[in-house]
Amino acid sequence: MSNNINNHNPFYDPTLKKRHLSDKIFKYMAMSALLISVAFLLVFFTDIISKGLPSYKQAYIELPVKYNTETVADSSFAIDEKHYELVSRAWYRDMPKYVSENPEVMNKTPIEWVLADDEVDQYMKGHQNTLTDEQKTVVEELKKQGKVESKFNTLFFTTGDSKIPENSGFLASAVGSILTILVCIAFAFPIGVMSAIYLEEFKKDNKMSQLIEININNLAAVPSILFGLLGLAVFINFFGLPRSSALVGGLTLALMTLPVIIVSGRTALRSVPASIRQAAYGLGLTKWQVVKDHVLPLGMPGILTGSIIGIARAMGETAPLIIVGMIAFIPDIPTSFTQAATVMPAQIFTWAGMPEGAYIERVSGAIMVLLAILLTMNAVAIYFRKKYEIKW
Amino acid sequence: MKKSILSIATIATLVFVGCGDKSNDKNAASSASSSAAVSENQIKMVGSSTVYPFASAVAEELGATAGVPTPVVESTGTGGGMKMFCASNESPDITNASRAMKAKEYEECKKNGITNITQAQIGFDGIVLAQDKSSAPMSLTRNQIFLAVAAKVPSKDGKSIIDNPYKNWNEIDASLPAKPIIVYGPPKSSGTRDSFEEMVIEHATTKDFKDLYEAAGLEKFKSVRTDGVYVDSGENDNLIVQKLTKDKNAIGVFGYGFLEENSDKVIAATVDGATPSSDSIASGKYPISRSLFFYVKNDRRAAVPALDKYIALFMSEKMIGDRGNLKKLGLVPMAKEQRDAAIKDVMAKKVLNPSDLK
Repeated sequence: MSNNINNHNPFYDPTLKKRHLSDKIFKYMAMSALLISVAFLLVFFTDIISKGLPSYKQAYIELPVKYNTETVADSSFAIDEKHYELVSRAWYRDMPKYVSENPEVMNKTPIEWVLADDEVDQYMKGHQNTLTDEQKTVVEELKKQGKVESKFNTLFFTTGDSKIPENSGFLASAVGSILTILVCIAFAFPIGVMSAIYLEEFKKDNKMSQLIEININNLAAVPSILFGLLGLAVFINFFGLPRSSALVGGLTLALMTLPVIIVSGRTALRSVPASIRQAAYGLGLTKWQVVKDHVLPLGMPGILTGSIIGIARAMGETAPLIIVGMIAFIPDIPTSFTQAATVMPAQIFTWAGMPEGAYIERVSGAIMVLLAILLTMNAVAIYFRKKYEIKW
Repeated sequence: MKKSILSIATIATLVFVGCGDKSNDKNAASSASSSAAVSENQIKMVGSSTVYPFASAVAEELGATAGVPTPVVESTGTGGGMKMFCASNESPDITNASRAMKAKEYEECKKNGITNITQAQIGFDGIVLAQDKSSAPMSLTRNQIFLAVAAKVPSKDGKSIIDNPYKNWNEIDASLPAKPIIVYGPPKSSGTRDSFEEMVIEHATTKDFKDLYEAAGLEKFKSVRTDGVYVDSGENDNLIVQKLTKDKNAIGVFGYGFLEENSDKVIAATVDGATPSSDSIASGKYPISRSLFFYVKNDRRAAVPALDKYIALFMSEKMIGDRGNLKKLGLVPMAKEQRDAAIKDVMAKKVLNPSDLK
């Protein structure tokens, strides 16, 4: 009988069930898409964090160290034979320098914590290692006596790259990244914003300006490696700036970021309502006054958001920097814009190609630092947008 | 109003800082490169990825002990390095090479006024194929190895390129034993793998089978097969040796230095009739080997004083000697006399003779 009632119900829609079903299907499809991306993100983060966290620990061994003229001449005699191979080559290398800086240790045999070889470190962490069985028993012995310990890996945060895994750190590339990004900001932001202002506020609509506009939009989509080639041709070969330097890298990345800043800047300026401009002109203000006092301040949050996102992308960029020589073995911490420098993603790339387990965990450790910096930058962008956002 | 002033101020400062920065840096840069870079004193080198680990190890040692800036080492490949090296008489000061400079490359250098070049041989790169000591010794040719490990091989009729079908050694050549092909070798991240690919697979696809591969659009093909016959065995050479002692049919691929250390457990296959040894590698008789070099611009040695220190350190017994640091990284040292001669030539800045080049 219900059938009958429905037939008489003027609001009855025979396709209703079907429509509701497809509505549900649509909802679950969208949800599963979200779930898949969240799952990927979770897998990525757990993988990176579980692999990366061990890199913040490094094994040290407590051993008697002989400091005398003989061991300073050949530091391999400073540690007794049984433990010789468990100590880092970097420690042997730096020992004579340490003595010359601290002459009071001379002719003494203090018991000191010395940097352990990366294979000992990997063994302590339960990872694959190349220690022989004899070496393993020696390490176990030390472990029982509490003479081998995983300590916080300060080296990782205070040194640059090294061919000795346990001696390699992240600081040189982090400083390089900061210098490079400073150059990039100093170059790309003012030029980008000025160009956006011109295109949005002053430009007359003719063939020429349309051509420029199309080109800028296209440039924003050009593969980043091409900007590397451009950087090589213009900054290194033509202007003769030093290869591998933060200056060249920053300028190259600025070329890459410029179109992004211009496009997002224009969008931000365009979103400033025309009524503001009209009211300002109505009061007899000049274009300069209108832009400086009204349009730009109102568009600033949008411009900043776009710029920060563009610059964050530049910070994670590797491809164009290969071409200008920033992907190289550069362990020294750069102190000027013209000195050779490498950047964080480049350092990650270099380590990822290394076979030793210690480098593999450093890759994840470094990715965590890079991610933290990028997330901070994005958070700053969101903060600015929220703080100065004006709703019309 | 306050906000607007603030943002204008921000922009103004940024513009100002931007200009200030750039002009300062440019001045600094031009003065650094024009005034013979006395203040710079940082060596810059490019070149072979095979020599890269050796060069960067020496660079690091120099930076840590000699009180000079650590040299910058870029891995660009031998050919790419030569191009940059010959482009101008400024940096890069050194190019690393996994083969001797070609006459064509020297011409390029000469055209740009760079003739005061010294060639330094640092040692050899040798790769061996070894099996357990108890199994019957194998003698292979370089092309047979190529057919066993390449991802794509010429078909039997020699007319087309097909996916590698070989599962047993005797399918490649009836004279080889009827046992399955299992090769334990280094993974892609390894320099040994690069060398192996270049010296075995690329050698075949650019020499004997060049036309065939070029016709198929596979120029300079050098991929190792991925169907389970070639097993990536970590970078841990010890592990490969363990696997060889368990699996008597298996063949292991590693650097020559490691064979020497494990000669009690494994035995190397002869390649093209030559047994791998320091002598056969040095003479070039053992085919899966090559000489490693670096080339230095002597004119830069005055401008960059650290260069002499770097070269002296690199050519020292501590590095390229029989018990040197680089041996642990896989370099096959030259014989003592050859080493001494090489050191003498490099220190005396012996100018490269173009007629020695091919």
